[in-house]
Amino acid sequence: MSGMNSVAAAPEPLLRVDRLSVEFAGRKGVAPVLNDVSFEVAAGETVCLVGESGCGKSMTALAIMRLIPEPGRINTGVIQLRGADLAKYSVPEMRRIRGNKISMIFQEPMTALNPVYTVGDQICEPLRLHQGLSREEARTRAIDILRSVEIPAPERRIDEYPHQLSGGMRQRVMIAMALACDPDVLIADEPTTALDVTVQAQIFDLLRAQQQRRGTAIVMITHDMGAVSEMSDRVVVMYGGRVVEEGLTSEILESPKHPYTVGLIACLPELDPAPSLDRPDLPEIPGVVPSVWQRGVGCPFADRCTRVMPKCRQDFPPAFQTGPTQKVSCWLYEEQS
Amino acid sequence: MSSVQTGAPLLSVRDLKVHFRVKRGGWGKEPAVVHAVDGVSFDVQRGRTMAIVGESGSGKTTTALSVMRLAPITQGSIHFNGVDITAMEGEALRKQRRHLQLVFQDPYSSLNPRQRAGDIVRTPLILMGIGTPAEQKEKVNELFRLVGLREEQQLLFPHQFSGGQRQRLNVARALATDPQLIVCDEPVSALDIAIRAQILNLLRRIQRERGQSFLFISHDMAVVEHICDDIAVMYLGQVVEQASREAFFSRPLHPYSVALMSAVPTVSGGREKAANRIKLTGDPPSPINPPYGCRFAGRCPAVQDLCRQEPPRLREVLPGHKVACHFVAADGNDVKAPLDGRQAFGIKEQAA
Repeated sequence: MSGMNSVAAAPEPLLRVDRLSVEFAGRKGVAPVLNDVSFEVAAGETVCLVGESGCGKSMTALAIMRLIPEPGRINTGVIQLRGADLAKYSVPEMRRIRGNKISMIFQEPMTALNPVYTVGDQICEPLRLHQGLSREEARTRAIDILRSVEIPAPERRIDEYPHQLSGGMRQRVMIAMALACDPDVLIADEPTTALDVTVQAQIFDLLRAQQQRRGTAIVMITHDMGAVSEMSDRVVVMYGGRVVEEGLTSEILESPKHPYTVGLIACLPELDPAPSLDRPDLPEIPGVVPSVWQRGVGCPFADRCTRVMPKCRQDFPPAFQTGPTQKVSCWLYEEQS
Repeated sequence: MSSVQTGAPLLSVRDLKVHFRVKRGGWGKEPAVVHAVDGVSFDVQRGRTMAIVGESGSGKTTTALSVMRLAPITQGSIHFNGVDITAMEGEALRKQRRHLQLVFQDPYSSLNPRQRAGDIVRTPLILMGIGTPAEQKEKVNELFRLVGLREEQQLLFPHQFSGGQRQRLNVARALATDPQLIVCDEPVSALDIAIRAQILNLLRRIQRERGQSFLFISHDMAVVEHICDDIAVMYLGQVVEQASREAFFSRPLHPYSVALMSAVPTVSGGREKAANRIKLTGDPPSPINPPYGCRFAGRCPAVQDLCRQEPPRLREVLPGHKVACHFVAADGNDVKAPLDGRQAFGIKEQAA
C-alpha cells in the first residue's frame, strides 16, 4: 500500500469539499442534513465515504453534483473542482460540468438507466452534448468505450435496451456512460450493492483499471468495510451528517479511533480460514441512526456510544489529529493531540 | 450450538426439483422451462443451522420456499419430522405450518402496515388456536422480551419501528407458534451493517436458549461462516458442495466455492486479496437451458474436457464433506482439489 500513500500526499487536491452544510426546510423547521463536511480527493485517488444509511453519504455526493432534491439547499460551504467553486455555479454552468467533469454511477443500474433508450443512445448523449461529436463519431466512440469496460460484442450490445442486459452488464454500461467524457471525478454511490460478489469483483477490477489508465479521482460511497479495504486510499467516516473520522485506509482499518468506526469494523463478521468452534457474539452498536430531527447539539453518536461523556452532549468536538493523516472528531482524543 | 446430532434429521429434502414453465410451447416447440431447483438433497439436524449459500439465480430462495410448501414442487420429496409433506394439502398442511415458520428478507414489506405490532405477533397464535386470550397475551409479552423489544411497543405500527426492530418483530412472529424449524431467507441482507450484528446475535441466542433449528438462506459467506453449523453451496439449481462449517471453511474444495469466497472483499485482505483473487468471467448461465455436464464449466478456471461431457455427481470425498466436481479426489485424508482452498482467503498458492 506504500505506493498508494504517495498519491494521497499529492499537493493539489482535484476536488475539495470544505465546510459544506446542507439543510432541508420543512414544516417542522429546518433540518441540517450535512454539517461542516470537509474532505479532499486528489487525482488518481479513491476516497471512500463510509457510514450507515442516513448518515449523509449520498447527500454529500448529490451536493457535489448539485443534485440535492427540493427543498434542500446548500447553506454554506465550498465545493472546489480544480479551484472553481461549484456551489456558486448557475444551472446552465453546472449542466456543462455534470457527466463531463464529474460523473456519477448509482446503486441500482436498472432504475438509473432509461428503459426506453438503447444503451448506445445513452452513452452517446454526453458525447454529443459535451464534446459536440456527430452521430457517427459518437457511436464509434461509444463502441470503443463499451469495449474498454469489457462488454463482449459491443457492436451488437450498443443497440440493446437495458432490460436485455444482466445486472453486471448494466453496471458496466453505467460506468461506460460515466466515463464517456473522461471526467476528473467519478462518484460511485454503492456501485455494487445490487450485484453478486463475483460480479462485484469484476466491477471493482474495472474501476481500478480505468482509474489507473485515466487518473480519475473516485469518491466511492459504501457501507462494506471489505470494499473499503480493497478499493480506497483514504476513508472518510460519516455519522449524523458529519465527518467523524478520516485518514489513510490502512490507518483507519488498523487503528480506528472514533467509537463509531471501531464499532463499524468490529460488528462485521469476517471470513476466517480457521473457523473457531466457540463463536463469540458479534460486538453490536446499540440503537439506530438518529433522524435529522433527533440530532440536537453535541455529538450525534452520543446516544449510541459506550464511552459517552457529559461533554459529548454539549459540543460537537473539533477534529483532533491522532496520526500522520488521521483526524478524529471525538472528545476522547482531546488530550492526545 | 453444535449439539450432538441425535436420531433422524428434522428436515430431509431429497432430489428436490422445481421447474417453472415460462413460455408455452407452440407446434412442435418445447415449452421453455426454468430449472430453478434441479435435484437438491440436504438435511437439517435438530438444534443446528443449515445454511444454503449461492448467488442470485442459484435457486436458494426457491429451495426455501418449497420447504415451506410455497413453491410448486416438480419432483422429489420433503420429509419434515418424519412426515412426508411433499404433497400434503389443506388442513393437514396448515397444521404442519405451525411447526415451520419463515422470516423474510425485507422487513418492510413482510409486515402488515395496518396491524399493530402486538397483533402481528399474536396472529399466528389466533390462527393456530393456541391458548386462551390471556395466555396469548402473556406469550406475546414473552416474545417481545425475547427479541429485545419493549412491551409497550406492542401498540405501535410497523412504520414506527426501525429496520432492525422490524426484523426483530418478524423473528418474534416466526417464533410465536414455537416452530421446530425457522426458515430465514436472507434475514439480514436488507439491514444496515451495524444492525446486522444485532439480528445475527439474536438468532444465535434463540438457538442457544431454545435449541431452535434454522434453515438459513444467504449470499453472504462471512455471515454464513458466523451463523451456520452446516453449509450447502448452490450453483444454478444444484448443490455443488456440502459440509460441516469447520470442514468447509477450513478447506473449500469445489472450484466455485473457492472462487465465491475469494470474491468476498475482507478488511484484513484488502488490495492483496483483490490482486490474488480468482477471477470469474461473465455471469451464471441462464437456468432455462442449463449447460450439459458441469454447470459451472463455462466459468471454471480449472475446466477440462470431461466437465462438459459428463455432469459430476455430488459424492462424499471425506466423511460428511460432499463435492460435485470430477477433479476433487480423496486418498485417505489427503485431498486433491483443482483450486487450492487457501486461495479463497487471498493466500497465494504455494509453488509445488
